[in-house]
Amino acid sequence: MPDNTLLTVQKLTKCYGKLAVLKDVSFALRRGERIALIGPSGSGKSTCLRAINFLDPPTSGEIRLDGQLVGRHQSGRQLTDAELAPQRAEIGMVFQHFHLWPHLDVRANVALQPKKVRGMSAAAAGELADELLAKVHLSHKAQEFPGRLSGGQQQRVAIARALAQRPKLLLFDEPTSALDPELVGEVLNVIKELAAEGRSMVLVTHEIAFAREVADRILFMDGGTVVEEGPARELLDRPKEPRLRRFLSSLSENRA
Amino acid sequence: MLFLQTIYANLADWGPRLLDALWTSLALTVVAFCLAFLIGLIIEYLRTRRSALVRSIAKSYVVLARGVPVLVILYLLYFGLPGAGIILGAFAAGTLGLAIVYGAFLSEVFRAGLAVIAPGQREAALAVGLTPVQAFRLVLLPQAVRHMLAPLLVNLISLLKDSSICALIAVPELTLISRAIMSESFLPLHVFALTAGLYFVIAWSASLAVRAIERGMALEKGQSKPGKAAETLATQAI
Amino acid sequence: MNALLFERIFHALLSGAVVTVEVSIGALTMALLIGLVLATIEHLTVNRIVVVSIRIYVELLRNVPSLTFLFLLYFGLAATGVRLSSMTAAVVGLGMIGGAVLVDIFLAGFRSVPKGQSEAAAAIGLAPLMAFRLVILPQGLRLSLPPLGNYALGLVKDTSLVAAIAAPEVMFNARQIVNETFATAWVYCAAALLYLALTFVVGQMFALAERRLEY
Repeated sequence: MPDNTLLTVQKLTKCYGKLAVLKDVSFALRRGERIALIGPSGSGKSTCLRAINFLDPPTSGEIRLDGQLVGRHQSGRQLTDAELAPQRAEIGMVFQHFHLWPHLDVRANVALQPKKVRGMSAAAAGELADELLAKVHLSHKAQEFPGRLSGGQQQRVAIARALAQRPKLLLFDEPTSALDPELVGEVLNVIKELAAEGRSMVLVTHEIAFAREVADRILFMDGGTVVEEGPARELLDRPKEPRLRRFLSSLSENRA
Repeated sequence: MLFLQTIYANLADWGPRLLDALWTSLALTVVAFCLAFLIGLIIEYLRTRRSALVRSIAKSYVVLARGVPVLVILYLLYFGLPGAGIILGAFAAGTLGLAIVYGAFLSEVFRAGLAVIAPGQREAALAVGLTPVQAFRLVLLPQAVRHMLAPLLVNLISLLKDSSICALIAVPELTLISRAIMSESFLPLHVFALTAGLYFVIAWSASLAVRAIERGMALEKGQSKPGKAAETLATQAI
Repeated sequence: MNALLFERIFHALLSGAVVTVEVSIGALTMALLIGLVLATIEHLTVNRIVVVSIRIYVELLRNVPSLTFLFLLYFGLAATGVRLSSMTAAVVGLGMIGGAVLVDIFLAGFRSVPKGQSEAAAAIGLAPLMAFRLVILPQGLRLSLPPLGNYALGLVKDTSLVAAIAAPEVMFNARQIVNETFATAWVYCAAALLYLALTFVVGQMFALAERRLEY
């Protein structure tokens, strides 16, 4: 039987000095599966996500993508950013604050990676960019500069930029937290469409309803550890851990 | 009037020699600036490395190069190095000396220019799989250049002015040649006024360009007055 | 290197250092005076002619090399019968150049004080001059401190140029002693260290002042 695991996270720990913000976090993601990390702020979920592509290198623990060790040499030495580049190219990341490149127009933002990292011709990279911009419903903005777009549009461009990597895995770091409420929907819709295509994703999000709809499994984190995990609906509808119950009820109070 | 007439009367003799010397000054300035640009980039690159040793080497370089007068460095290169068996011509020593000093200045310009860029920019570049060098070249530098343009020009102007110091190691540039002319003609005031005028025309036009750039950037940002003044403060830090 | 030689070098550089400090302090004082007075005038006056005259002074001196200006002052004035001693020419020359630099630094400092400050001063009924002295000046000076420190560092280094008009400061003495002893590298390295020490002290003084004046 072929191994269907795409990503394994093994005993991930991250310390700042004496403070441990991640403690022994482990999980595995199957090909085509979507996992959402939820939890209160400061629970370590963003750190965990950013450790996967080594933007925040973990203090210890192991990340494997397709069985291949990420971020470290066999000897355990941490790779330099230059050595990490090919591995990061296989992992798309969408940031909370988009981080589009303001000096490039939308099309160039999306085409940069295929051209410069994967050696695509300028024409082919441009075509790919157009195709992906259509996918996020922004074809008409291809020539604009990011500064002239709304937050929701910028985030959709950022998603197109991540897709242009042809990534094996997509990471979303609170993709809607920096958006005005009325712009959240358009971004979530795009992510849902991607989910429907069966892409593998890890999402950090505050949108519980969205997590329920999109994610196969949910990991609830608190204090740097995974407190409870399970199939999305089951976990949200029948939370076992008191901390998760408190967290979910505090969210619904805020909603009301 | 008599003053100008005297200058005018001597222009046929002085003019070509001063213009020749001016070319040397400009050559010194441009070559030194290009070298300094490279040195500055390297220093700034080393300053952001992970290794503490490399970082402290780069930092010490800046402290040393900024704490010692250009003249001392020129003397060391021109008079001191031959003792170690390395003989540099006056022009080479002058260029190198200026480049060493301005390399440190420019590294500060690069740092300030890069500091303006949001931290997420580099992360986003690394996240799509660009190498650090690519991230710098394709994402950070193009954004920083706009912020660095004015301070770079300011440094170029002050480098032109400092190129006069090479007179003291006998590079036949503008200030040295005007001194030579002075000792033949016994008209020091006339010669040096003319020389100062030549420097002024070049340096001042460049400062006007700096101001235009600063104004443009302030307008673009829709900045209010305080912000603009702060930027002027920054470029005056040299 | 024997002890005698070392002593000679040491003495030459030390007496040079005294002159360097004198020239630096003299020029700095003069520059501060010129800079503060002219910046205040330019900030407050509405008279175009006054502003233009100040601008001409500033632009002329900021866009000419220090060395060229020192030559102009020392050799040029002598030809018209005004013989300045090399020390006077050094202090006046560097002071005038510094004055031009400081006008711009102080002006930028005054202009960096938020507009609300002078509005608040006007609102409580302070006359413009009082408002400037009590509200804008203190804050503007504080804001000018970092570039002022940079200027002072540059000044200490620029004093090395007055060797060219025979003021017996560090580099002048260094050259003399090299001509006598041929200990070229030693002497100039020692001079470099001396300047490093001087600039370090100046840097620390300004850093201290900045901390003291923090609010």
